[in-house]
Amino acid sequence: MKVLFSKTVSYLFLITGSLIMAVPFFWMLSTSLKEPGVVFELPPKWIPENIVWDNYKFVLMESDLIKGFFNTMIVILPPTFVGLFTSALAAYAFGRLQFPGRNVLFIALLATMMIPGVVLMVPSFILYKYLGWIDSWNPLMIPGLFGGAGTVFFLRQFFKTIPTELEDAAHIDGLNPFGIFSRIMVPLSKPALATQAIFGFLGGYNDYMGPLIYINSPELFTLQLVLATFQDNYNAEWTLIMAGSVLALIPTIILFFFAQKYFVEGITMTGMKG
Amino acid sequence: MAQSLAQPTAPRAKRRVPRRRFKSQYLWAYLFISAPIIGFLLFGLIPMGYSVYVSFTDFNGFETPTFNGGGNYKKLLLDDPLVWKTIFNTFYAALGIPINMAISLGIAMALNQRIKGISFFRTAFFLPTISSVVALTLLWKWIFNSDFGLLNQLLGYLGIVGPAWLNDEEWAMPAMIIQGVWGGLGFNMVLYLAALQGVPKSLYEAAEIDGAGSWKKFWYITIPGISPTTFFILVTSIIGALQDFPRFRIMTGGGPNFSTMTIVYYLFENAFRYMNMGYASAMAWVLGCMIMILTLINFYFARRWVHYE
Repeated sequence: MKVLFSKTVSYLFLITGSLIMAVPFFWMLSTSLKEPGVVFELPPKWIPENIVWDNYKFVLMESDLIKGFFNTMIVILPPTFVGLFTSALAAYAFGRLQFPGRNVLFIALLATMMIPGVVLMVPSFILYKYLGWIDSWNPLMIPGLFGGAGTVFFLRQFFKTIPTELEDAAHIDGLNPFGIFSRIMVPLSKPALATQAIFGFLGGYNDYMGPLIYINSPELFTLQLVLATFQDNYNAEWTLIMAGSVLALIPTIILFFFAQKYFVEGITMTGMKG
Repeated sequence: MAQSLAQPTAPRAKRRVPRRRFKSQYLWAYLFISAPIIGFLLFGLIPMGYSVYVSFTDFNGFETPTFNGGGNYKKLLLDDPLVWKTIFNTFYAALGIPINMAISLGIAMALNQRIKGISFFRTAFFLPTISSVVALTLLWKWIFNSDFGLLNQLLGYLGIVGPAWLNDEEWAMPAMIIQGVWGGLGFNMVLYLAALQGVPKSLYEAAEIDGAGSWKKFWYITIPGISPTTFFILVTSIIGALQDFPRFRIMTGGGPNFSTMTIVYYLFENAFRYMNMGYASAMAWVLGCMIMILTLINFYFARRWVHYE
């Protein structure tokens, strides 16, 4: 009886909650399928009378959204994968190899995670300006190639859980540390690496602040910057703005459905370190 | 090869590795860690040090910085009321943190009892977490539209005349809090769900034998059991909230009348619109210190309420 009651309450709570979560997305989709101008009728319609695809056609053909998407891919793919590689190498060294200064260097690296990002906003801009990188993709790509402290930390924790027997045996077989890393550690760590790649990709794809600070030329705009310009370019044309927003969400939603378990595991593991 | 690797005798071999090989292992190790360490020096430590210097100068980003002593810090603490207003706004926006934590714990607890359709519910709550901040903010700007937006329409069904939300000085920040809570539930829910699953079942069973009711079990077992996660969420949320800014820029532009301008937004405007890089650097350091102090305070009080097994 008591269990039944608490389950009923839970269902009611969850159904109400997921409605609150879903209705805005539904509204986004519904608006994007309305004829321009129809959104300013009262009372507004939940489901458009005539479903039209013109907004999508317009956004895809006339705006820079597609170009922005490809710019984003060019900008984020190298740091996602190269950065994962450099982070994983460092994580392996910190987790498994012996060398003088290991703990000090690791703590120094961890300390970078404690620096609030806002402190670096202005001096990074000054540095990139000095290097001639402003209004180019360099500030968004190059620092990421060196790897990230968070990724190093996460992967180090993971590598530490792998039994050492395999490594020792490989050592005897004459494999050098890079061989051990690439032929033993990497194949055993695929889920952890995938999780980090997904988070790296997602962070880059959704980044708005970086491109906003460093890029001025419209032809270099990333997807998020292009989308943000919609509200100035298509002032109050909500059908177009919502069509652009729906399109911008599609890649991440596809990624989420294919890699759902990595998201959950990744977040949980991040939380566990706390 | 895989078979030979798995030989049980392997661990003993470690002791027989000659000394020379350890030396070469050092080299490999330094090579492996070199990229993140160089990255940290180039893009972390050097800019950070330079920023301390810039915060004591007048610098517009083009000419040579000119030293002005503590001028920037003095202006910021004494002569710029907008600094205090934007700090107040930032803490006001942070009211969303406890609301978010309470609701996401509720969802996690509801999901934690052999519910059907768990993956559907989890996806529904999680979707905003992976979505573009720009797209979601544009969506909510449309929802908050005072005449044609979804929210006032729904309130209208209940017979309530909704406020002008983003155009109303009093309601703009509550609107930002609503949007922030909605968008942040999924992440914390996943963390809480994992934490709840980690609380030993035997504790609940023991409590039941002792005749404890649901409320007592929640208060004396669940809450202490998940306290490390609560602490993690609290610390990271505060750090995040103090630096929140993109969604404010898109949703309200900081208005009306600076009612939704956060401290980082104001810092951004100073640095990249008014080109007061020195002043902006001083603000960044004051904010950075505030974040550090709040984090330390959190860690200090954690000893009283966070229970590790």
